[in-house]
Amino acid sequence: MSTHKAALCKVQILKLFLTSARCGRITRFHGVCGLSTSTPASSAKVCIVGGGPAGFYTAQHLVKTRTDVQVDIYERLPVPFGLVRFGVAPDHPEVKNVINTFTQTAQHARCSFHGNVRVGKDVTVEELQEAYHAVVLSYGAEGNRTMGVPGEDLAGVYSAKDFVGWYNGLPRNSELRPDLSCETAVILGQGNVALDVARILLSPVDILKKTDITQHALDALAESSVRRVLIVGRRGPLQVACTIKELREMVNLPGTRPEMEASEFEGIAETLKCLNSTFPLPKASIGTIYLTRNMLQTPPSQSCRNSADQQQSLARPRKRLTELLLKAAIETPGEEELERRNRAERAWGFRFLRKPLEVLPSTDLIRAAGIRLAVNRLEGDGEGVRAVATGEVEDVECGLVISSIGYKSLLIDPAVPFDARKAIIPNTMGRVQQTAGLYCSGWVKRGPTGVIATTMNDSFDTARTLLQDIGKGTLDVSTVKPGSQGVSALLEKRGVKPVSFSDWEKIDSEETRRGEIKGKPREKMLDVGEMLQVARA
Amino acid sequence: MALMTSTRRLFHVSFRENSLRRAEALISATNTTSGNLSLAGQRMACIRVRDFGTNTQPLRADNKVTVHFTNRDGEKISVKGSPGDSLLDVIIDQDLDFDGFGACEGTLACSTCHLIFEEDVYNKLGPITDEEMDMLDLAYGLTDTSRLGCQICLTRSLEGMTARVPESVADIRQSGDGSS
Repeated sequence: MSTHKAALCKVQILKLFLTSARCGRITRFHGVCGLSTSTPASSAKVCIVGGGPAGFYTAQHLVKTRTDVQVDIYERLPVPFGLVRFGVAPDHPEVKNVINTFTQTAQHARCSFHGNVRVGKDVTVEELQEAYHAVVLSYGAEGNRTMGVPGEDLAGVYSAKDFVGWYNGLPRNSELRPDLSCETAVILGQGNVALDVARILLSPVDILKKTDITQHALDALAESSVRRVLIVGRRGPLQVACTIKELREMVNLPGTRPEMEASEFEGIAETLKCLNSTFPLPKASIGTIYLTRNMLQTPPSQSCRNSADQQQSLARPRKRLTELLLKAAIETPGEEELERRNRAERAWGFRFLRKPLEVLPSTDLIRAAGIRLAVNRLEGDGEGVRAVATGEVEDVECGLVISSIGYKSLLIDPAVPFDARKAIIPNTMGRVQQTAGLYCSGWVKRGPTGVIATTMNDSFDTARTLLQDIGKGTLDVSTVKPGSQGVSALLEKRGVKPVSFSDWEKIDSEETRRGEIKGKPREKMLDVGEMLQVARA
Repeated sequence: MALMTSTRRLFHVSFRENSLRRAEALISATNTTSGNLSLAGQRMACIRVRDFGTNTQPLRADNKVTVHFTNRDGEKISVKGSPGDSLLDVIIDQDLDFDGFGACEGTLACSTCHLIFEEDVYNKLGPITDEEMDMLDLAYGLTDTSRLGCQICLTRSLEGMTARVPESVADIRQSGDGSS
């Protein structure tokens, strides 16, 4: 072997060693530790717009599956990770473990992160399509559905998206300053985001102060007068959208008690009793076919067929959720629990069959003082249950109204097809319709629901589609494209300075250092200017 | 190749220690950050006892338990694990490459380590907590012999068992298809 080759060999081995050293066992398992060194000039160059879970999982699958793909992730903010950083509740730190995998992806030899780049403003999608063989849009849902009722603009009314952004340090929500000086807060919506908001409003500050919740939110919550939180939904207890883990956290929340009206649960207990006590699930054997949720339903026993209108069959997850809800709402508590509830100073409860009609103003017409709700009844059964107005109306006094009825994707570039009604990018399996070389993954592709694992599987699907297109030749990767070098040149001309992943690591260290002083995992920076300063130091 | 293997072994040991330390940190962090104090300790279902202590003897062959996994392509893979490891640990340590498996790294914050067992094996597994059942309820293709791999501790009585990795079309907590 020539000395040159020997030297290269040594470098390879050293890089192998170092790469293994950087890799945790879990992230090596997820296959993102790259062992290749330089990228051949003829590699496929893919650009991903959005540095949240969708972007990172799409990138992960691409670099893991083909060794000739180079992936560049562009992110609007100087900091990566999207809703994992800004959406997941501060008291759910284990959910953020996925950041470890994302970090390894970003550090992969064939992947690079470019923060502080606003696609649609600093660089257009068309320019990205010229520089890359493929562009994947994974920019999520920055907007929110509005209630569309009078009074929505009064002080004291917030979207859950903004409220969550406020306590999680999203820069654009740092000045929200929600007024927590009222006794009752009403949350519209009964999904997991609504429950997160309720839990953060009512959690003991002693618990919150050890999390990465922002300092200004912590200070505001320490002064908060909110003692009662109502979580209001259009339909009934059997349609509640949250899941059992989050409900259990409310039930077990120290210093709080559940307060609900037994009348709202009429007929529910009967529906549950009509099912076998141990709900039978199909026994599995190695050859069992896969089951859908519908297949897990069995009809109620004969004696129940004549009772209650709701002859619904309930799958185990829904059954357990409903049982827990009923227990919290109407069951007479044991002695210990009764004592605990009597001592509790804060209360929470679901209210069903209510839809917002108007936010009622205070006498000075500046802030919210109450909310007018239309009373519904349910029609139909099973999966087809619908809420129908009865004509009745109910007013609830409150000073804080948080609408948690859904996030919404926005159009960021006119060159991208967009379905304004569904608020998603029209696509087939991740291929953007009518636009070759353009793909999408995550919420902007499917709509803003689901957890990180949902987005993970979806992103893998889009990556598979893209790789399939490369394999079949539908996506032409034979031309030489400038990739990030081309984009860097444009950005430099425009005075935009991207933040690299190692720049983010400086921000990360500084946030961790500031947090350590206070016994928190980190103290997030709230100002983009400050982030950039630390990044460039 | 030899360098890779010995490097891996080196890092296996140190990362196991790290993961146990992280587990301990997680338990103490969970205790202070979550109101659900009583269940926090149960998140780390299996404690690996081998790595600590001054004994530096190499792992003995008769300490191991052989288990099989059927992957999503229907292939059967046989591996050895140590009693006390969770099935997620075994899958990771043996580099079994199941797409998206164990996303939350064994902290009961997802359902991606969902495994399906034969009935007689299922009955030998340790007790299931409410916390595990809560997350398991969200797994696609749930059966009554399903468990989360991060909560199952390998014991000698599981020698020769087979677990199936089911299809993973995400958590049930997704788009409006009825309850959501």
